[in-house]
Amino acid sequence: MSAPVSGTTNKPKEGYQSIHFKTRAHDRLNDAKVQRAMRNFNLAAARTRGIVDLENFEDIRTAAAAIRDRSLAHLDVWLERFEREATRRGTVVHWAESHDDINRIVIEIAQRTGVRKVIKSKSMVSEESHLNAALEGAGLKVVETDLGEYIVQLAGETPSHIIAPAIHKTRDDVADLFHDHHGTPRKTDPRELTMEARKFLREHFLTGEMGITGANFLIAETGSTLIVTNEGNGRMTTTMPRIHVAITGIEKVLGTLEDAACILRLLTRSATGQSISNYLTFNTGPKRDGDADGPEEMHVIIVDGGRSRLLGTDMQEALRCIRCGACMNHCPVYQNIGGHAYGWVYPGPIGSVLTPNYIGIENAIDLPNAATLCNQCGVVCPVKIPLPDLMRKLREKQVDRGLRPWQERVGLKVWAWMAKRPAAYALFTRIAARIGRRMGGAQGLIHKLPGNGWTEGRDIAAPEGKTFRELYAQRRRS
Amino acid sequence: MSARDSILARIRTARGAGAAATEAERAAVEARIAARTPGTRQAVAFELVPRFIEQCERMASTVDRVATDADVPAAVARYLQDKDLPRQAAAWPAIAALDWTATGVQVEGRPARGDDLVGITGVHLAVAETGTLMLLSSPTTHATTSLLPETHIAIVPTARIVRAMEEAWVQTRSELGELPRAVNFVSGPSRTADIEGILQIGAHGPFRVHVIVVG
Repeated sequence: MSAPVSGTTNKPKEGYQSIHFKTRAHDRLNDAKVQRAMRNFNLAAARTRGIVDLENFEDIRTAAAAIRDRSLAHLDVWLERFEREATRRGTVVHWAESHDDINRIVIEIAQRTGVRKVIKSKSMVSEESHLNAALEGAGLKVVETDLGEYIVQLAGETPSHIIAPAIHKTRDDVADLFHDHHGTPRKTDPRELTMEARKFLREHFLTGEMGITGANFLIAETGSTLIVTNEGNGRMTTTMPRIHVAITGIEKVLGTLEDAACILRLLTRSATGQSISNYLTFNTGPKRDGDADGPEEMHVIIVDGGRSRLLGTDMQEALRCIRCGACMNHCPVYQNIGGHAYGWVYPGPIGSVLTPNYIGIENAIDLPNAATLCNQCGVVCPVKIPLPDLMRKLREKQVDRGLRPWQERVGLKVWAWMAKRPAAYALFTRIAARIGRRMGGAQGLIHKLPGNGWTEGRDIAAPEGKTFRELYAQRRRS
Repeated sequence: MSARDSILARIRTARGAGAAATEAERAAVEARIAARTPGTRQAVAFELVPRFIEQCERMASTVDRVATDADVPAAVARYLQDKDLPRQAAAWPAIAALDWTATGVQVEGRPARGDDLVGITGVHLAVAETGTLMLLSSPTTHATTSLLPETHIAIVPTARIVRAMEEAWVQTRSELGELPRAVNFVSGPSRTADIEGILQIGAHGPFRVHVIVVG
């Protein structure tokens, strides 16, 4: 057993792409296709339209945050309650410490039951563990069935958004992928493409032997899993195959069906602006006596994977997350660079908080800094996660751990030295204001600061020539 | 130590609790569950049937209304004819037992298969707030009927329409005690916007949901 350990070393680990954020963001900013695709991204406007019919949206937000906090405050007791009830209803509950454990458990179930083909509904936790690659490595065929996930799988990529996985793709990209993989005439109409996917995936729904889903929530009261979907593939995946495996994080437990009812009012409205998702599927154990449909076995894998590390710390609020995507939909940084720039499973503001916590702060050094702290994310979060505060705290932790570049560390030391010495500070700022004015020229804009990447993409307004203290003293004299 | 025990132990350490859950903690959780406190929700008042119909249409379902169960077969036949759909359906046994002889619609009381084009179901309950059908799996209420066919027709008696999901849970507990294998809340036809964010009605599930309100 290996307990998750939070960065005992400052050296980034090989294999985590999140450390290459700057390069990856730069590449996407210069990728005309990604930029064109991101202009289709309209979920923020959909949310604005979707919440108007809930006159007490704010009260429900407060209630939802309290529900999530109540689960987290006694998380182990709620999880035990879920396990007891799920087991009583015939579900097999597994616990996974690490991502490797998830893959091992799924492969063991598949091998024991003679499964060869696996169909998957959306599961972001399975992205954490690279489950598809592990299953394929064990000789299993894996088919993603959410349309966006299917597109991404055909392209050999990962999702770039937690609820709109293929938002970085244009219809032309999809047309090429379907033409190549289905061997059908190329078509670009989204309706025709959707129908073609339906036809090809229907065959897999009818022949898949194991269905893998996530679980938006676990219900402690009834031992049920809940999945929230629109396409119907989640229902197929939990109805047609003879084995159902749901994979979810330890933080996803809710007390009662009433708790779920309350939170569901916010989840889809925050995500897509819908008053409710097309399908809410509560699964409680395998097929019953006499049932004509449903799986013979139901398994739930409850995953830690770094989550428990946030409990009891100043990061705990991040575990309230219900994965609606509103924070990324409203993030000016995400909207420009897309999800892949972030380099791990969860993009946008919530990803900038979860990634360093789950995989180590040293493996995602730029993520908490890839934000203007404008607080759009904090304002729209349905469970009131103070995302800018959490990103700021992560920045502090980087400083405490000595993870910032030496130029920044030395610069801050020099600044701190001066800030404690008013005379030195006044002298330095007087000189700097005058040099800055000269650098600004007639336009009053500085195009390039020495040794500073900040001015590579933008100009800085030049100082007027005098410091505030000089002007203040002047005014008092006159 | 098993993965289970070490995860639970780590959670307890993180929240500054003792080694194992105490009876008092478990009792507090049970009390919380027993109370089943409804969460905050919309305060506005509405009439159940009009609200249900309005919200069904908002979710892109179509709605018809008839007076009694005996009127259902004719309403189904009318809809199939209007939409130019095959006059053949898989249905829940209780629906198939209605008198279909005069309609020319061939209704079989069995689970749906991949090639069925029309499925007819009843509902356990329906939710007015969101225009939602609540369907439970059982030996006589197959989950596939509302899932595999391109067209799903649902028969909803007005007496089964409740205000919100909270009322649906309260009533289900009192009627059934425990949840069946699958509880599906269905609100309109399946949809996706995964290609360029453009909404497509009809993805893997039904393209059309037609609701016939009875009463």
